[in-house]
Amino acid sequence: MKKLLMLLVAAAFCITGHASAKNLKVGMVTDVGGVNDQSFNQSAWEGLKRAKTELGTKIAYKESKQDADYAPNLETFTDAEYDLIWGIGFLMSDAVKLTAQVNPDQKYAIIDFFYGPETPKNVACAVFQEEQPSFLVGYIAGKMTKSNKVGFVGGIKFPLIEKFEYGYMAGAKLANPEVEVIRQYAESFTDAAKGKAITNNMYQQGADIVFHAAGGVGDGVIEAAKEKKKWVIGVDKDQNYLAPDNVLTSAMKRVDNAMFDIVKQLKDGKFEGGNAVVYNLSNDGVGIAPTTKKHVSQEILAEVDGLISKIKAGEIVVPATKDTYDAFMK
Amino acid sequence: MEPIIQDLGFIIGTTLMYSTPLIFTSLGGVITERSGVINIGLEGMMYFGAFAGAAVAYFSQDPWLGLLCAALGGAFWGLIHAIACVSFSAEQIVSGIAINFLGAGSALFISRLLFDGATQTLTVARKIPQPLDFLFGEGKMFASSGFTDLVFNRFATVYLAFFLVFVVWFVLYKTQLGMRVRAVGENPEAANTLGINVTRIRYGAVIMSGFFAGLGGAAMSIAVVSRFSNTLISGHGFIALAAMIFGKWKPQGALVACLLFGAAKGLEIFLGSKGVPVAGDILAMLPYVLTIIILIGFVGKTTAPAAIGKIFDKGDH
Repeated sequence: MKKLLMLLVAAAFCITGHASAKNLKVGMVTDVGGVNDQSFNQSAWEGLKRAKTELGTKIAYKESKQDADYAPNLETFTDAEYDLIWGIGFLMSDAVKLTAQVNPDQKYAIIDFFYGPETPKNVACAVFQEEQPSFLVGYIAGKMTKSNKVGFVGGIKFPLIEKFEYGYMAGAKLANPEVEVIRQYAESFTDAAKGKAITNNMYQQGADIVFHAAGGVGDGVIEAAKEKKKWVIGVDKDQNYLAPDNVLTSAMKRVDNAMFDIVKQLKDGKFEGGNAVVYNLSNDGVGIAPTTKKHVSQEILAEVDGLISKIKAGEIVVPATKDTYDAFMK
Repeated sequence: MEPIIQDLGFIIGTTLMYSTPLIFTSLGGVITERSGVINIGLEGMMYFGAFAGAAVAYFSQDPWLGLLCAALGGAFWGLIHAIACVSFSAEQIVSGIAINFLGAGSALFISRLLFDGATQTLTVARKIPQPLDFLFGEGKMFASSGFTDLVFNRFATVYLAFFLVFVVWFVLYKTQLGMRVRAVGENPEAANTLGINVTRIRYGAVIMSGFFAGLGGAAMSIAVVSRFSNTLISGHGFIALAAMIFGKWKPQGALVACLLFGAAKGLEIFLGSKGVPVAGDILAMLPYVLTIIILIGFVGKTTAPAAIGKIFDKGDH
């Protein structure tokens, strides 16, 4: 009798368990960087892998070899009736929007792009406040510079990269009003030699810390720091492994956390299309690299923690554009 | 030190850094095209060389072995191009395009196998040395970041590139082998009648072009930077090809064209750093515009080798 009861309980458990944990199927389409790009595509995939372990989500990815692959890759997942389909990166914004409009019952999400009022109702947009971690690394740079000169190397000048630029400048100036920020754009995300030349020139002009938001150009920036034995600040993820003695800190963008978060929202029935979800310090969407403590003193780190609390509390609003920067400096 | 002297040093130093990978690759272009075989696959060969150089240097911790393997890797794709174009009389442009895809594709494929799925290698422990630092100790020979340091204290690949320009010039114009290569490129039928083995000469020239392009790729991946990434070589092979044509299919001409392009890049970066009131993207066009204007204005008419791109069929002469 006891055995039978246990069996019944077990059976009941199995049935209810099965019913509540309907396994979600989530797919992502990478941009041309591919899934192991050591950057945001890889970070995105890590977020989905976490969803697999913690939420039991079924996950898959498709890599795009060229821009023309985005739409067909999205279509493939759509045909396979995935519950949620991700486009990784702003390069895919048009493809995601078009596919979403053709398939209004299918849910999509995109990283790094918000369509504003034109966002389709079945698309969730994950965007980041890159100016916040840039502000923090700028503060560290402002505190640690011995020459009162720090540098910024940007990829191509457009609003996304300007968020890094102005956040960084504001942080550096707050830490040290005397500091001069030398800025230059490479007008490229691939020309590593140009990144190296620009950075060499900055060091030659007396800068001793350079921050880059420049993709592949950053390889050259970090190389210059290694050769000249100066400090450099990485971007998007912890880049300390590229030059352990020279990468002071990195302004991190937690694409993985954003991916996981939105998958979890979907699972909990809280998925909201047609809107942007903003990731910042408050929801662990951005941050500074864990390796920062290797080179930065406890004292400065404590000040950075103070800044983080103030940003979270809304006491500091970090500027992300030239206009807000000018207002911030007044 | 006078800031203006230091600025000049920066521009010259940047010129040398930029030009070196291009010089190697355009020398490869000179060799193959003088033998009458077009090679627009230089980009793919350079790409493969950049990867092979960084991967071998990473695993062996020996940059010189990396450089050699980069050259051999490029030469392998040269061999494939030669088999297609010389033995099977394939359309040379089509084969070149295929090599561009295959060189890049195979590099990424092998990279994924060796580096845990990543399309980039890890940082090499030792890269190509700067011989002056190596011989005299770092910063001993010249004051760090002084004019002389910026101009003369370069990576070994820079000196090697200049030396190879001389070697290629010497071989092409001062040796019997070079005369044969040129003869095959101008008039293969006549050369064949005189007993020159056109097939063998062309095979050698096309393989050597891959060898040089591979060196060019490694000059990028283990000297300018210290690892390979999937965007490291983006268009360098095509710029080197253009430099070779602007240089009138001569090694010394290719050298000048590459240096000119590098100098324009250096100037662009310098002007950008001075905050000149010109939009960055306009400034970024400077190297291309300046190179075209100078070369059109001062170089004059260029003439390709007469038999270039033409299939040579030995037939029953």
